[in-house]
Amino acid sequence: MPTSVAEEYFPVVLQVLVAMAIAGGMIAASALLGHRVRNPVKDQPYECGIQPEGSPRERFSVKFYLVAMIFILLDIETVFLYPWAVVYRELRLFAFFEMLVFVVLILSGFFYIWKKGALAWSMEEKPREKQ
Amino acid sequence: MEQQLWIIPALPLAGFLVNGLLGRRLPKAAVTAVAITSVALSFLWVLKTVTGLMPLDAAYVERYFDWIRVGSLRIGCDLMMDRLTAVMVLVVTGVGLLIHIYAAGYMAHDTGYARFFAYLNLFMFFMLTLVLAANYLLMFVGWEGVGLCSYLLIGFWFLRKSATNAGNKAFIVNRVGDFGFSLAIFLLVINFNTLDFGEVFAKLSGWPVENTVGTLTLVGLLLLLGATGKSAQVPLYVWLPDAMEGPTPVSALIHAATMVTAGVYMVARTAPLYLKAPMALEMVALIGLVTAFFAATIGLVQNDIKKVFAYSTVSQLGYMFLGVGTGAFAAGIFHLVTHAFFKALLFLGAGSVIHALSGEQDLRIMGGLRKKTPWTFWTLACASVSIAGVPFTAGFFSKDEILVAAYHHAPWMYWVGTLAAGMTAFYVFRAFFLAFFGEYRGEGHPHESPAVMTLPLAALALLSLAGGFIPVPGWLEPLFGAPSAHHNPVLVAVSVSFGLAGIFLAWLFYVARPELPGALATRFSGIYRTVLNKYYVDEIYNAAIVKPVVEGSRSLLWKGIDVELIDASVNGIAARARGVGDMLRRMQSGYIRNYAAWVLLGAVVLMLAIGGTR
Amino acid sequence: MPANFVPPSGVEYIRVLPEIILAAVATLIMVLEPLTPAPRKRALGYLALAGFAGALAGAAAAGWRTGPAFSGMLEVDGFATFFRLLVILAGLLVTLVSFPYLRREEAESGEYYALLLYSVAGQTIMVSAADLIVLFIGLEISSIASYVLAGYMRREKLANEAAAKYFLLGSFATAFLLYGIALIYGATGTTRLNGIAQVLSDPRMAPAGILTGTAVALMLVGFAFKISAAPFQVWAPDVYQGAPSPVAAFLAAGPKAAAFAVLLRVFMTAFAPLTGRWLAIMWSLSLLTMIVGNFAALLQTNIKRLLAYSSIAHAGYVLVAVTAHSEEGVQAAMFYLTVYVFMNIGAFAVVAYFSRKGERYVEIEDLAGLGVRQPVLAALFAVILLSLIGVPPTAGFLGKFYIFQAAVKADLLWLTVLGLLNSAVAAYYYLRLIVIMYMKEPGDSLLELPGMAVSTRAALWTSAAAVVVLGLFPALIR
Repeated sequence: MPTSVAEEYFPVVLQVLVAMAIAGGMIAASALLGHRVRNPVKDQPYECGIQPEGSPRERFSVKFYLVAMIFILLDIETVFLYPWAVVYRELRLFAFFEMLVFVVLILSGFFYIWKKGALAWSMEEKPREKQ
Repeated sequence: MEQQLWIIPALPLAGFLVNGLLGRRLPKAAVTAVAITSVALSFLWVLKTVTGLMPLDAAYVERYFDWIRVGSLRIGCDLMMDRLTAVMVLVVTGVGLLIHIYAAGYMAHDTGYARFFAYLNLFMFFMLTLVLAANYLLMFVGWEGVGLCSYLLIGFWFLRKSATNAGNKAFIVNRVGDFGFSLAIFLLVINFNTLDFGEVFAKLSGWPVENTVGTLTLVGLLLLLGATGKSAQVPLYVWLPDAMEGPTPVSALIHAATMVTAGVYMVARTAPLYLKAPMALEMVALIGLVTAFFAATIGLVQNDIKKVFAYSTVSQLGYMFLGVGTGAFAAGIFHLVTHAFFKALLFLGAGSVIHALSGEQDLRIMGGLRKKTPWTFWTLACASVSIAGVPFTAGFFSKDEILVAAYHHAPWMYWVGTLAAGMTAFYVFRAFFLAFFGEYRGEGHPHESPAVMTLPLAALALLSLAGGFIPVPGWLEPLFGAPSAHHNPVLVAVSVSFGLAGIFLAWLFYVARPELPGALATRFSGIYRTVLNKYYVDEIYNAAIVKPVVEGSRSLLWKGIDVELIDASVNGIAARARGVGDMLRRMQSGYIRNYAAWVLLGAVVLMLAIGGTR
Repeated sequence: MPANFVPPSGVEYIRVLPEIILAAVATLIMVLEPLTPAPRKRALGYLALAGFAGALAGAAAAGWRTGPAFSGMLEVDGFATFFRLLVILAGLLVTLVSFPYLRREEAESGEYYALLLYSVAGQTIMVSAADLIVLFIGLEISSIASYVLAGYMRREKLANEAAAKYFLLGSFATAFLLYGIALIYGATGTTRLNGIAQVLSDPRMAPAGILTGTAVALMLVGFAFKISAAPFQVWAPDVYQGAPSPVAAFLAAGPKAAAFAVLLRVFMTAFAPLTGRWLAIMWSLSLLTMIVGNFAALLQTNIKRLLAYSSIAHAGYVLVAVTAHSEEGVQAAMFYLTVYVFMNIGAFAVVAYFSRKGERYVEIEDLAGLGVRQPVLAALFAVILLSLIGVPPTAGFLGKFYIFQAAVKADLLWLTVLGLLNSAVAAYYYLRLIVIMYMKEPGDSLLELPGMAVSTRAALWTSAAAVVVLGLFPALIR
């Protein structure tokens, strides 16, 4: 039975120290033990194969981010369906209506982004982008 | 509640509201109608109330609502009517009505017509509140209200510097008196825990004299201080002569007939208390006597017709104080009534003269107006004989009562009073003769005033002659008891002969031998100059009180304490505060990383502080 | 868990009626928004107004059937009802101020109103939460909506900056709060407020002091950020200045009142057993907040910034009431927050109206001569400013009076004295506005000043009237 705070948390501290030691040790080991070869060919992104073209800092259309964000939002929300499905039998009608409300909410959001043109890929498909 | 006393003051108040708010947009006739009708209706309501309450043996009180209720102290919004109040409201509304009518003519060409009547109606409201109030605090409300109206009306022609100065003077001098009145009210609350007239006097009669005599004397003296302010007694009379800057109807209504008598009314109303504080009452008599005599001497030599009557008013108010001070409360009130008649008449007559001469007030450039303004001449003659105490006029009866009472109190008071009566007769007739007899010395074209002005004069003339037969003392007997002194033919004869002698001297000086006054003035030039300059009282007050106060305020309080001490320290603190503010502003760099650092720092401090404690 | 699960009864739905109405109307507006042509967006605003009115009625109905809801996750009591009504009313008044503002800035849209409704819904959840998790969810709903609102004018540089700062720092502070919740769960094994209090007050179960203390501190950081108590106030001036004026009014009203409500509830119930440990910190926070708010306000030239610092200072006063940790203190805080909501919305309503398109006129000097040109408006503004100073007979005076009375009864003499000195300092910067309004010659800023829209006028009159009426009849809400 630990009697003081320090004792209580001693294992935690120990664990943190060990983790730090391992991570630091690996970096240090690779720096110390590994041997380096530096020449222009070695510094290229692809050591063999395709020659890189243009700048590696390529700009992507903001639409990718938008779609990615919307995807994550809707995807995460569907995660709720899993626990719901597990307990559905016990909760019965209550669960059904709760999920109904939930789905309606998601669909309203979906409707909103759709009508707002967030899912349209090209300009022509966005009838009222600018108000 | 069946009499609805509140209607009496409410009517003029309504008039004030209408004229005050809409007056500028209403036609003149409507303003006149509203102002006069409201007072006339008020007068009729008074008549109805008084007759309805006959015989009015006991005070009739109407309680409307609790105004202030603190602990066991209850001050109500209560009005009352007893025989004293009845006399006062009749005088106020009756004389007030006549003066309102007169003013419609007198002010006809003034640009501030509606404003004038609004103020006048407001004055009526406060004056009626003052006399109808059933407790000292409500009375004080009326008291302050009439003071305000007086100030507004003295300074009515506010473009004239002298008028606004006179208004300020009246207001400031009255503050000294009001200070006394308010202290008296505090003392009453402390000692009696009530301000209701009936309750105070009831508690008074049950108290042993030796326990309260000191307090009561103090209360009496403080009330007297208030009265000397409002009623222009020595030493606070100085504002009244200056108050003549106001329009003449104002002088007649406020500064002769009604407001200035409030002090007398208040002393009479407080009679039960004064009777238990004989020293204070003696002081009332003394102040009255000194004022009566002192003001009369100044009146002898004034050249402005309104100034003559103003000093006469001060002097006559002194008589009233002498009356109530010698215990003859009924006589004092009686004189108040008759004085309201003849002094209002004197002022209105003077106003008529001034009107006739297009604004001239100097007696030296009047004269010979007898033929040109016959109505004014005859009515002023009535007023003059009345104030001089010619037998069987109104002034004769009331002055006689006071002098007899004074004789029984202390014979020397009678003699001083009689002497003052002689002087009164002299200066009034001096003014009368100078204005109406001899040759016209001015350059204008005198003309008689319109009927709207002369008719009120006639009514007041009648009252000045016959008003003495109104049995005021008898009517007030249930309140103040029968007079202890009976009429003494010898005393009456002496005082009347003094009055007649005064008239004769005036005739001799200003009609028969007009060169005499000049000769006398040069012969006694020192005295003459002193009296002409009103004993330099204003100058003495200026040097002894006004200047030190103003200078002291300026150099010590303002430049010394205010600027050097308070301002400097406040500015210093302000500078420090700005310094702190500036420091805090620097914290606000605008960079999120700095802000986050602050949040983090705060979190660490909090964790250490709370987490580290036990 | 599901085995003994009981579905919520009908009365429990009544208890969350305001949340249901607010969320439903907000979602409805979001659905209608793409279908509404630009000129008719105002209709969505009216819908929002109706939503707020319905929520007010719902909150009143809920207050009629007090009790727990949803397995004790929510506790709808008098306290919750009071704050629900307050935050909904704040939302309603802000909507009124927003109508002409959005039209003027040509930025009217359904999203604005929906976000307002969502934010208020989050606040009503916060104030009725009986569980730290629900509390946190409510706080996040309210916060995220207000982050977006702060940056609503997305073409304005300052608004962008404000939103970014508010979002980053807000998330930072929320993280502290969540950390604190996690620790307290770890220490006590529950997230229910009364459960926490039970564990903390039981000496046999009491967890390690350092653990609970750290948890209290972390949660206090989260709350202190939301109520803009120093030194966590740094975001407020920049955000209030950059956000659209109606939004600034909203930020200083609803979220702040709700955050104070949860601060009061958590510290007066769950952490009541630890009072001895957090009291000194609360004392220092309130003093520091008053000083920072008042003194920094002295030098401001921008009205919105000035009001931001003023808002910080007022949070300091309410913290004095929290420090009193008594029934009286809670009452005083409730009264003061109510008054403050009105004063604050009234003041920002004037700014929103006066600033003109693009918020060009937001310097204090721009007010010069307003007293002559717009006497009624200036008089109402002056009433509100006098109340902010705390001049009798306004409600601002009574609010301060109640707070310092509670403080004195709790033997906080020094805090009272220092607080009163602070409010004397405050008089300076409020009076300066009045002086400039009335005693300076009108300048260019008063040219082309249009009339005030009816809805703004309604909000301003309501605020000024509330300030006076509550000053005269405090019993109406006490």
